[in-house]
Amino acid sequence: MVIGLGHYLTVAAVLFTLGVFGIFINRKNVIVILMSIELILLAVNINMVAFSTHLNDIVGQVFAMLILTVAAAEAAIGLAILVVFFRNRGSIAVEDVNMMRG
Amino acid sequence: MRLELSMTVTAAFFYLFATITIASGFMVIASRNPVQSVLFLILAFVNAAGLFLLMGAEFLAMILVIVYVGAVAVLFLFVVMMLDVDFAALRQGFLQYLPIGGLIGLILLLELILVVGTYTVDPGLVRSPQVPIPSADVMTNTEAIGQVLYTRYFYFFQAAGLILLVAMIGAIVLTLRERVGVRRQDISKQNARTQETAVEVRKVPFRQGI
Repeated sequence: MVIGLGHYLTVAAVLFTLGVFGIFINRKNVIVILMSIELILLAVNINMVAFSTHLNDIVGQVFAMLILTVAAAEAAIGLAILVVFFRNRGSIAVEDVNMMRG
Repeated sequence: MRLELSMTVTAAFFYLFATITIASGFMVIASRNPVQSVLFLILAFVNAAGLFLLMGAEFLAMILVIVYVGAVAVLFLFVVMMLDVDFAALRQGFLQYLPIGGLIGLILLLELILVVGTYTVDPGLVRSPQVPIPSADVMTNTEAIGQVLYTRYFYFFQAAGLILLVAMIGAIVLTLRERVGVRRQDISKQNARTQETAVEVRKVPFRQGI
Protein backbone atom coordinates (compact mmCIF):
# COMPACT_ATOMS: atom_id res chain seq x y z
CA MET A 1 0.00 0.00 0.00
CA VAL A 2 1.58 3.25 -1.15
CA ILE A 3 0.95 6.38 0.89
CA GLY A 4 0.77 9.20 -1.61
CA LEU A 5 -0.04 12.87 -1.80
CA GLY A 6 -3.78 12.27 -1.55
CA HIS A 7 -3.53 10.63 1.85
CA TYR A 8 -1.71 13.58 3.39
CA LEU A 9 -4.04 16.08 1.72
CA THR A 10 -7.02 14.21 3.16
CA VAL A 11 -5.57 14.36 6.68
CA ALA A 12 -4.94 18.09 6.23
CA ALA A 13 -8.48 18.62 4.91
CA VAL A 14 -10.02 16.84 7.90
CA LEU A 15 -7.84 18.82 10.30
CA PHE A 16 -8.76 22.10 8.57
CA THR A 17 -12.45 21.26 8.80
CA LEU A 18 -12.08 20.41 12.49
CA GLY A 19 -10.52 23.84 13.03
CA VAL A 20 -13.36 25.65 11.27
CA PHE A 21 -15.93 23.50 13.08
CA GLY A 22 -14.26 24.30 16.39
CA ILE A 23 -14.63 28.04 15.76
CA PHE A 24 -18.34 27.50 15.14
CA ILE A 25 -19.21 25.39 18.15
CA ASN A 26 -16.98 27.21 20.67
CA ARG A 27 -18.26 30.65 19.85
CA LYS A 28 -17.95 31.91 23.40
CA ASN A 29 -14.52 30.64 24.37
CA VAL A 30 -11.69 32.70 22.89
CA ILE A 31 -8.99 30.29 24.04
CA VAL A 32 -10.49 27.37 22.12
CA ILE A 33 -10.98 29.62 19.09
CA LEU A 34 -7.25 30.44 19.17
CA MET A 35 -6.48 26.72 19.44
CA SER A 36 -8.74 26.08 16.43
CA ILE A 37 -6.76 28.64 14.45
CA GLU A 38 -3.59 26.76 15.39
CA LEU A 39 -5.20 23.55 14.05
CA ILE A 40 -6.03 25.31 10.76
CA LEU A 41 -2.45 26.55 10.39
CA LEU A 42 -1.16 23.05 11.16
CA ALA A 43 -3.36 21.69 8.35
CA VAL A 44 -1.93 24.30 5.97
CA ASN A 45 1.58 23.27 6.99
CA ILE A 46 0.84 19.60 6.32
CA ASN A 47 -0.36 20.60 2.84
CA MET A 48 2.80 22.63 2.24
CA VAL A 49 5.14 19.82 3.26
CA ALA A 50 3.11 17.18 1.37
CA PHE A 51 3.37 19.16 -1.86
CA SER A 52 7.03 19.93 -1.18
CA THR A 53 7.80 16.21 -0.93
CA HIS A 54 5.60 15.23 -3.82
CA LEU A 55 6.99 17.83 -6.21
CA ASN A 56 10.55 17.27 -4.93
CA ASP A 57 10.94 20.98 -4.20
CA ILE A 58 12.36 22.25 -0.92
CA VAL A 59 10.81 25.72 -1.22
CA GLY A 60 7.57 24.36 0.24
CA GLN A 61 9.38 23.46 3.45
CA VAL A 62 10.95 26.92 3.66
CA PHE A 63 7.53 28.51 3.41
CA ALA A 64 6.07 26.02 5.90
CA MET A 65 8.67 27.33 8.33
CA LEU A 66 7.58 30.91 7.67
CA ILE A 67 3.94 29.91 8.33
CA LEU A 68 5.09 28.36 11.59
CA THR A 69 6.73 31.65 12.56
CA VAL A 70 3.58 33.63 11.82
CA ALA A 71 1.49 31.12 13.79
CA ALA A 72 3.74 31.47 16.82
CA ALA A 73 3.63 35.29 16.65
CA GLU A 74 -0.15 35.23 16.26
CA ALA A 75 -0.57 32.96 19.28
CA ALA A 76 1.63 35.22 21.42
CA ILE A 77 -0.22 38.41 20.43
CA GLY A 78 -3.64 36.76 20.73
CA LEU A 79 -2.95 35.46 24.21
CA ALA A 80 -1.53 38.84 25.29
CA ILE A 81 -4.73 40.55 24.12
CA LEU A 82 -6.72 37.89 25.96
CA VAL A 83 -4.83 38.52 29.22
CA VAL A 84 -5.34 42.29 28.96
CA PHE A 85 -9.03 41.82 28.18
CA PHE A 86 -9.47 39.50 31.14
CA ARG A 87 -7.77 42.04 33.42
CA ASN A 88 -10.16 44.76 32.30
CA ARG A 89 -13.42 42.81 32.19
CA GLY A 90 -12.94 39.72 34.34
CA SER A 91 -14.29 37.52 31.56
CA ILE A 92 -13.18 36.12 28.23
CA ALA A 93 -16.62 35.49 26.72
CA VAL A 94 -16.81 36.75 23.16
CA GLU A 95 -20.18 38.46 23.63
CA ASP A 96 -18.69 40.64 26.39
CA VAL A 97 -16.42 42.24 23.78
CA ASN A 98 -18.63 45.27 23.29
CA MET A 99 -16.62 48.17 24.73
CA MET A 100 -16.37 49.78 21.30
CA ARG A 101 -20.12 49.37 20.76
CA GLY A 102 -19.45 47.53 17.52
CA MET B 1 21.44 8.74 7.94
CA ARG B 2 18.06 7.82 6.70
CA LEU B 3 16.11 4.82 7.83
CA GLU B 4 14.56 3.05 4.88
CA LEU B 5 11.18 1.73 5.92
CA SER B 6 9.25 -0.81 3.95
CA MET B 7 5.97 0.19 2.36
CA THR B 8 3.84 -1.66 4.88
CA VAL B 9 5.59 -0.13 7.88
CA THR B 10 5.28 3.34 6.36
CA ALA B 11 1.57 2.83 5.73
CA ALA B 12 1.05 1.52 9.25
CA PHE B 13 2.83 4.50 10.77
CA PHE B 14 0.95 6.90 8.50
CA TYR B 15 -2.41 5.55 9.62
CA LEU B 16 -1.30 5.57 13.27
CA PHE B 17 -0.15 9.19 13.17
CA ALA B 18 -3.06 10.37 11.03
CA THR B 19 -5.66 8.72 13.25
CA ILE B 20 -4.21 10.13 16.46
CA THR B 21 -3.77 13.58 14.91
CA ILE B 22 -7.40 13.75 13.77
CA ALA B 23 -8.80 12.21 16.95
CA SER B 24 -6.88 14.61 19.19
CA GLY B 25 -7.80 17.49 16.87
CA PHE B 26 -11.43 16.57 17.48
CA MET B 27 -10.87 16.38 21.22
CA VAL B 28 -9.31 19.88 21.16
CA ILE B 29 -12.61 21.37 20.07
CA ALA B 30 -14.91 18.97 21.91
CA SER B 31 -13.22 18.71 25.30
CA ARG B 32 -15.02 20.21 28.29
CA ASN B 33 -11.91 21.37 30.07
CA PRO B 34 -9.60 23.86 28.26
CA VAL B 35 -6.56 22.35 29.98
CA GLN B 36 -7.47 19.02 28.38
CA SER B 37 -7.91 20.87 25.07
CA VAL B 38 -4.35 22.20 25.29
CA LEU B 39 -2.99 18.75 26.14
CA PHE B 40 -4.81 17.24 23.14
CA LEU B 41 -3.40 20.08 21.02
CA ILE B 42 0.09 18.99 22.11
CA LEU B 43 -0.76 15.39 21.15
CA ALA B 44 -1.97 16.57 17.73
CA PHE B 45 1.23 18.54 17.16
CA VAL B 46 3.50 15.64 18.15
CA ASN B 47 1.67 13.29 15.80
CA ALA B 48 1.75 15.86 13.00
CA ALA B 49 5.52 15.97 13.58
CA GLY B 50 5.45 12.21 13.03
CA LEU B 51 3.65 12.76 9.72
CA PHE B 52 6.34 15.30 8.74
CA LEU B 53 9.01 12.71 9.53
CA LEU B 54 7.25 10.20 7.26
CA MET B 55 7.25 12.80 4.48
CA GLY B 56 11.00 13.33 4.91
CA ALA B 57 10.85 16.84 6.40
CA GLU B 58 12.92 16.04 9.47
CA PHE B 59 13.90 19.62 10.29
CA LEU B 60 10.32 20.88 10.21
CA ALA B 61 9.22 17.96 12.37
CA MET B 62 11.73 18.90 15.05
CA ILE B 63 10.86 22.59 14.72
CA LEU B 64 7.21 21.69 15.14
CA VAL B 65 7.96 19.87 18.38
CA ILE B 66 10.20 22.67 19.69
CA VAL B 67 8.16 25.70 18.64
CA TYR B 68 4.60 24.43 18.93
CA VAL B 69 4.85 21.98 21.80
CA GLY B 70 7.65 23.74 23.65
CA ALA B 71 6.53 27.33 23.23
CA VAL B 72 3.02 27.87 21.88
CA ALA B 73 1.23 25.05 23.70
CA VAL B 74 2.97 25.89 26.97
CA LEU B 75 1.94 29.52 26.48
CA PHE B 76 -1.67 28.38 26.04
CA LEU B 77 -1.36 26.23 29.15
CA PHE B 78 -0.02 29.19 31.15
CA VAL B 79 -2.87 31.45 30.06
CA VAL B 80 -5.56 28.82 30.65
CA MET B 81 -4.29 28.14 34.13
CA MET B 82 -3.57 31.78 34.97
CA LEU B 83 -7.00 33.16 34.07
CA ASP B 84 -9.68 32.37 36.60
CA VAL B 85 -12.47 31.81 34.09
CA ASP B 86 -15.74 30.04 34.65
CA PHE B 87 -15.43 27.66 31.75
CA ALA B 88 -18.74 25.96 32.47
CA ALA B 89 -20.57 29.21 31.68
CA LEU B 90 -18.64 29.54 28.42
CA ARG B 91 -19.96 26.20 27.27
CA GLN B 92 -23.57 27.34 27.37
CA GLY B 93 -24.93 27.30 23.85
CA PHE B 94 -22.51 24.59 22.79
CA LEU B 95 -25.36 22.50 21.42
CA GLN B 96 -27.12 25.54 20.00
CA TYR B 97 -24.41 26.08 17.39
CA LEU B 98 -23.87 22.36 16.76
CA PRO B 99 -26.36 21.94 13.86
CA ILE B 100 -25.26 24.93 11.80
CA GLY B 101 -21.60 24.36 12.62
CA GLY B 102 -21.88 20.68 11.77
CA LEU B 103 -23.62 21.46 8.49
CA ILE B 104 -20.99 23.97 7.41
CA GLY B 105 -18.18 21.68 8.53
CA LEU B 106 -19.66 18.74 6.62
CA ILE B 107 -20.09 20.78 3.43
CA LEU B 108 -16.53 22.11 3.71
CA LEU B 109 -15.14 18.62 4.33
CA LEU B 110 -17.07 17.13 1.40
CA GLU B 111 -15.84 19.85 -0.94
CA LEU B 112 -12.25 19.47 0.21
CA ILE B 113 -12.37 15.67 -0.14
CA LEU B 114 -13.89 16.02 -3.61
CA VAL B 115 -11.11 18.39 -4.63
CA VAL B 116 -8.41 16.16 -3.16
CA GLY B 117 -9.95 13.04 -4.70
CA THR B 118 -10.09 14.39 -8.24
CA TYR B 119 -6.82 16.28 -8.00
CA THR B 120 -3.90 15.35 -10.22
CA VAL B 121 -0.56 17.12 -10.39
CA ASP B 122 0.38 18.59 -13.75
CA PRO B 123 3.37 16.54 -14.96
CA GLY B 124 4.92 19.72 -16.35
CA LEU B 125 5.21 21.05 -12.81
CA VAL B 126 6.92 17.95 -11.50
CA ARG B 127 9.77 18.21 -13.95
CA SER B 128 10.75 21.76 -13.00
CA PRO B 129 11.17 22.21 -9.26
CA GLN B 130 12.46 25.58 -8.13
CA VAL B 131 15.04 24.04 -5.81
CA PRO B 132 15.10 20.24 -5.98
CA ILE B 133 15.44 18.35 -2.71
CA PRO B 134 18.88 16.76 -2.69
CA SER B 135 19.16 13.05 -1.99
CA ALA B 136 19.41 12.16 1.68
CA ASP B 137 22.80 10.53 1.05
CA VAL B 138 24.24 13.80 -0.23
CA MET B 139 22.82 16.30 2.23
CA THR B 140 20.62 16.29 5.30
CA ASN B 141 17.23 17.97 5.24
CA THR B 142 18.40 20.69 7.63
CA GLU B 143 21.42 21.52 5.46
CA ALA B 144 19.27 21.63 2.32
CA ILE B 145 16.80 24.05 3.91
CA GLY B 146 19.62 26.21 5.24
CA GLN B 147 21.28 26.47 1.84
CA VAL B 148 18.07 27.84 0.36
CA LEU B 149 16.79 29.86 3.31
CA TYR B 150 19.96 31.89 3.87
CA THR B 151 20.58 32.65 0.21
CA ARG B 152 17.52 32.76 -2.02
CA TYR B 153 14.97 33.47 0.69
CA PHE B 154 17.12 35.61 2.95
CA TYR B 155 14.70 38.55 2.88
CA PHE B 156 11.85 36.22 3.88
CA PHE B 157 14.01 34.97 6.73
CA GLN B 158 14.62 38.52 7.93
CA ALA B 159 10.93 39.37 7.56
CA ALA B 160 10.13 36.36 9.76
CA GLY B 161 12.55 37.67 12.36
CA LEU B 162 10.91 41.09 12.16
CA ILE B 163 7.47 39.54 12.67
CA LEU B 164 8.72 37.75 15.76
CA LEU B 165 10.27 40.99 17.06
CA VAL B 166 6.99 42.87 16.54
CA ALA B 167 5.09 40.05 18.27
CA MET B 168 7.48 40.14 21.21
CA ILE B 169 7.34 43.91 21.63
CA GLY B 170 3.56 43.89 21.13
CA ALA B 171 3.00 41.24 23.77
CA ILE B 172 5.24 43.08 26.24
CA VAL B 173 3.59 46.45 25.60
CA LEU B 174 0.12 44.95 25.90
CA THR B 175 0.65 43.13 29.15
CA LEU B 176 2.91 45.67 30.89
CA ARG B 177 1.01 47.64 33.49
CA GLU B 178 1.90 50.49 35.79
CA ARG B 179 0.63 49.68 39.24
CA VAL B 180 -0.21 52.58 41.51
CA GLY B 181 1.02 52.54 45.07
CA VAL B 182 4.07 50.41 44.33
CA ARG B 183 7.51 51.81 45.16
CA ARG B 184 9.93 51.35 42.30
CA GLN B 185 13.53 52.29 41.77
CA ASP B 186 13.78 55.37 39.52
CA ILE B 187 17.41 55.64 38.54
CA SER B 188 17.18 58.98 36.72
CA LYS B 189 15.47 60.48 39.75
CA GLN B 190 18.19 59.12 41.99
CA ASN B 191 20.93 60.51 39.78
CA ALA B 192 19.25 63.92 39.54
CA ARG B 193 19.51 64.44 43.30
CA THR B 194 22.37 66.62 44.43
CA GLN B 195 24.00 66.87 47.81
CA GLU B 196 22.11 70.09 48.54
CA THR B 197 18.68 68.56 48.05
CA ALA B 198 19.52 65.25 49.69
CA VAL B 199 21.50 66.16 52.78
CA GLU B 200 20.65 68.78 55.36
CA VAL B 201 23.19 69.86 57.95
CA ARG B 202 21.77 71.18 61.17
CA LYS B 203 23.30 72.47 64.29
CA VAL B 204 21.98 70.28 67.09
CA PRO B 205 21.56 72.07 70.43
CA PHE B 206 23.33 70.38 73.31
CA ARG B 207 21.18 67.82 75.19
CA GLN B 208 17.99 68.74 73.35
CA GLY B 209 17.96 66.84 70.09
CA ILE B 210 16.21 68.05 66.99
